[in-house]
Amino acid sequence: MVDSTVVLFGQTLAYTLYCVAMILVVGWVAWRLTKPGKGGGVKPAVFFTFVAFLTVLGVSLHLITLKTIPWVEPDLHRASVQVDRVFRIRVANHEFRLPADRLVIRVGEKVRFEVASDDLTYGFGVFRPNHTMVFQMQVVPGHLNDVIWQFPKPGLYTIRSTEYSGPAGAHMILENAIEVIDAR
Amino acid sequence: MSIVQTLINGEQGLFKPKTLTPMQKLTLRFVVVGLVYFGFAVIEGMIMRVYEVRPIPFIKSKQFFAIMTAHPLVGIFGSSYAIVFGAFLFLVPFLMKKPLWSFKLAAWTFWLGAVGTFVFWSAGFVSHYAPLYTLYWPLPADFSQFSALGGAVFILGIALVMLGAVFFVINIFKTITYTPQGWDRQPAGALLASALGWTGLTNLFRKKKTEHLVPLPVAAVARGTVDVAFNSGIILFTGVLILVYMVGSLMGFDLKKTAIDALLYKNWFWWGLDLVADGLVLIFVAGTWYLLATMIAGKALFMQNIARAALLVELVVSWTVWSHHLLSDQAQPALLKVVSGEMVTAFELITQGLAFFITLATLWSARPLKMSNELKFLLGGLLGFALGVPAGIIQADVGLNRILHNTQWVVGPHVHVAVLVGLSMTLYAAIYFLFPILTNGAKLYSQKLANIHFWAQLVGGVGMGAFMGMAGLKGMLRRTIYANGEFNVYMILAALCGGLLLLGFLCFFLNIVMSVGLKGVLGIFGKSALDQDRLLPAEK
Repeated sequence: MVDSTVVLFGQTLAYTLYCVAMILVVGWVAWRLTKPGKGGGVKPAVFFTFVAFLTVLGVSLHLITLKTIPWVEPDLHRASVQVDRVFRIRVANHEFRLPADRLVIRVGEKVRFEVASDDLTYGFGVFRPNHTMVFQMQVVPGHLNDVIWQFPKPGLYTIRSTEYSGPAGAHMILENAIEVIDAR
Repeated sequence: MSIVQTLINGEQGLFKPKTLTPMQKLTLRFVVVGLVYFGFAVIEGMIMRVYEVRPIPFIKSKQFFAIMTAHPLVGIFGSSYAIVFGAFLFLVPFLMKKPLWSFKLAAWTFWLGAVGTFVFWSAGFVSHYAPLYTLYWPLPADFSQFSALGGAVFILGIALVMLGAVFFVINIFKTITYTPQGWDRQPAGALLASALGWTGLTNLFRKKKTEHLVPLPVAAVARGTVDVAFNSGIILFTGVLILVYMVGSLMGFDLKKTAIDALLYKNWFWWGLDLVADGLVLIFVAGTWYLLATMIAGKALFMQNIARAALLVELVVSWTVWSHHLLSDQAQPALLKVVSGEMVTAFELITQGLAFFITLATLWSARPLKMSNELKFLLGGLLGFALGVPAGIIQADVGLNRILHNTQWVVGPHVHVAVLVGLSMTLYAAIYFLFPILTNGAKLYSQKLANIHFWAQLVGGVGMGAFMGMAGLKGMLRRTIYANGEFNVYMILAALCGGLLLLGFLCFFLNIVMSVGLKGVLGIFGKSALDQDRLLPAEK
C-alpha cells in the first residue's frame, strides 16, 4: 500500500495551487472592479459553465479518491476483508493497554487494529518518528472501533490519542509502540 | 479638534446619541457587545497561539483547555450571533418596510446573549470546565476531571444564549408575517411561503410566476433562521441532558453514563451543531453578500431566481451533511459516511460557489466602483470562503479524513480561514456599510486605520490558517499540547499572524471609538426618547 505521505503531498500541491489561483482571481477582479466596464454584465453562458464545473468537481472529487487512495475501499468493506494479523487494544483511564509491550508487524501485512474504550471517547493514531501521521480513527465507548492498515516501510511508530478526552488526554502517548520489520 | 476631544466627543462631534431611535441604539448595542466578545476571542486565541509555541508557566493545562472550550463559543455565540442578530433585527424590518414585531423581545435577545456568554465564559474561567464545544459523551459528565457545579453554571450560560436565539427566531418570523396596527391585513401564509422558498420552488413548475413577496436578503435571513431554531433546540435539549447528570452528581447520585449511547449522541449533537457551521452561517453569509452587492452596485442581483433556489438547496443540504464529522468513527454506517458525509457535503461547494459567482457578477455589472471599505471587506469575505470551504470539502472525504481528522488542518485552513476571513470580513463589510445609517451620518475617524484593519485581518487570517494547515499536514493535532516544540516553526509563524489579527482588531476598535467618542459609546446605552416603531429618525 502506498505511504500516506504520498497522498498528503498530492493534496498539499493541489490545494496550494488552488489557493494561489483563487487569490490571483479575486485580486484581479478587485483591481478590474475599479476600472470602467464595457457595459453589460456577465453572460449567463459563463454562469452555467461555472455551475457545470462545480458540479463535476464536487461529484468527481470523491470518486477520484475512492479509486486512487488505497485504504478507502477496504475501509468501507472492513467486515469482509481477510487480514493477516489482529491486535486488540483496550483504553481506559487515559491509558492504552496493548496485548504486548511492542506490536511487531511485517511490511505489507494486512493488520486489523481493534480498539475498545471502557470510559470516554478517545482517538487512536499512529505516528512516524518525525511526528507525521500515518493514520487515525476515533475510539467511541460501547462500539467496535477497527481499522485495517498495511505498512509499506519498516520502522518504529508511536501510538497517540487523537481525540480530546479532557486535559489528561494530552499525555496519552506510547512511543515506539509499533515496530514494522522487513517482510523477509 | 484635539485627539483627546475627539476621543471624548467623536470625530467632529457628529455622532449624537440623542438623535438615535430605540432600534438604532439596540442594534449598536448588539454590535458593541459583539465586538467586545470578539476581542475576548482574539485575546484567547493569542494566548493559545503562544501556548502552542511554549506552554505558559502560570497557565495550567486545565486552564488552557478551559480557554479552548470557551474560545469558539465566545466567538460564535458572544460575537457572531450578537452582530448577526443585531444586524438582522434591524435589516428585516428595514427591508420589509414595517416595524419590528417586538422591540422588547429583541432587547431580551440582546441581554440573554450578553449575560449568557459572560456566565459560561466566567464559569469556564473559574472552574476550568473544559469538555470542549463538541461535548463528546460521556466527557461532559466526567466529574473526575471537571466540577459538576462549574459545569452546571457553564450550561446555564449556554442555555441563556439559546433562549435569546429562540426569541430572535420568533421575532424574525413574526416580523415577516404580522400585520402592523392600522395596516391592511398582510398575507401571512404567502409571506412565509416566499420567505422559506416555497414560492420559488413552485414557480419552477408554473407558467404564470407568483410574485416574491419578500426581498431576497430577507429570504436568506428566514432560511438561516430555520437552522438557528433547530440548533437552539438541540443545544438546549443537550444542555438539559448534561444538567441532569450534573444535578445528580451534586445530590450524590452517580447516574449511569452508559444509558446514553456515545455514537448516537455524537450523531445527534453534530446534526444540531452543524446547523451553525454548515447551515445558518453559509446561508446568512450568502444573504449578506447579496444585500451588500446590490447596495454597492445599485443594481438587481445577477441570476436572482437561481440565487433563491440555491438558498433553499443550502437549507436542505445543511440538514443532511452532519456525517462528515464522523468519517473517522468506524461504527458509523458506511452508507451515511458516503452519502451524507461525502456526497451531500460536496453540494456546499456548489451552493457556496454559486453565491460567490453571483455576488461577483453583480458587482462586475456596475463597474467602475469605488473601492470603499464595505467593498474591500466584502471581497475579503468572498476570498475567505473561497479558500475555507474547499479545505472543508477535502477533509470531508473518507480517504483524506483518515490522515487529516483532528489535525490542525481542520481548524486552520478550514475553520479559521472561513471564520476569520470569510465570516468576519463579511460582518465587517456589513458594519462599515451600516455605520452611517445606524449613527445618523457619523464620520469614520481614520481611513488609514480602516486600511490597516483590512490588510491585518486578511493577511493575518489567511496566514494563520495557512501555517496551522502546514503543521496539520505534518501531523500536528488540534486540542492537545506539544511541550517539546515539535512544530515550533509553524506555530511561531501562526502566532505572528495572530498578532496581525490582534493589531487589526485594535485599529478597528480605536477607529470606531474615535468616530463616535466615549460619550457616544455611553450614549448608546441610554434610553431613547423616540418612537420604538421607527427604525430611523427620518426618511433616509
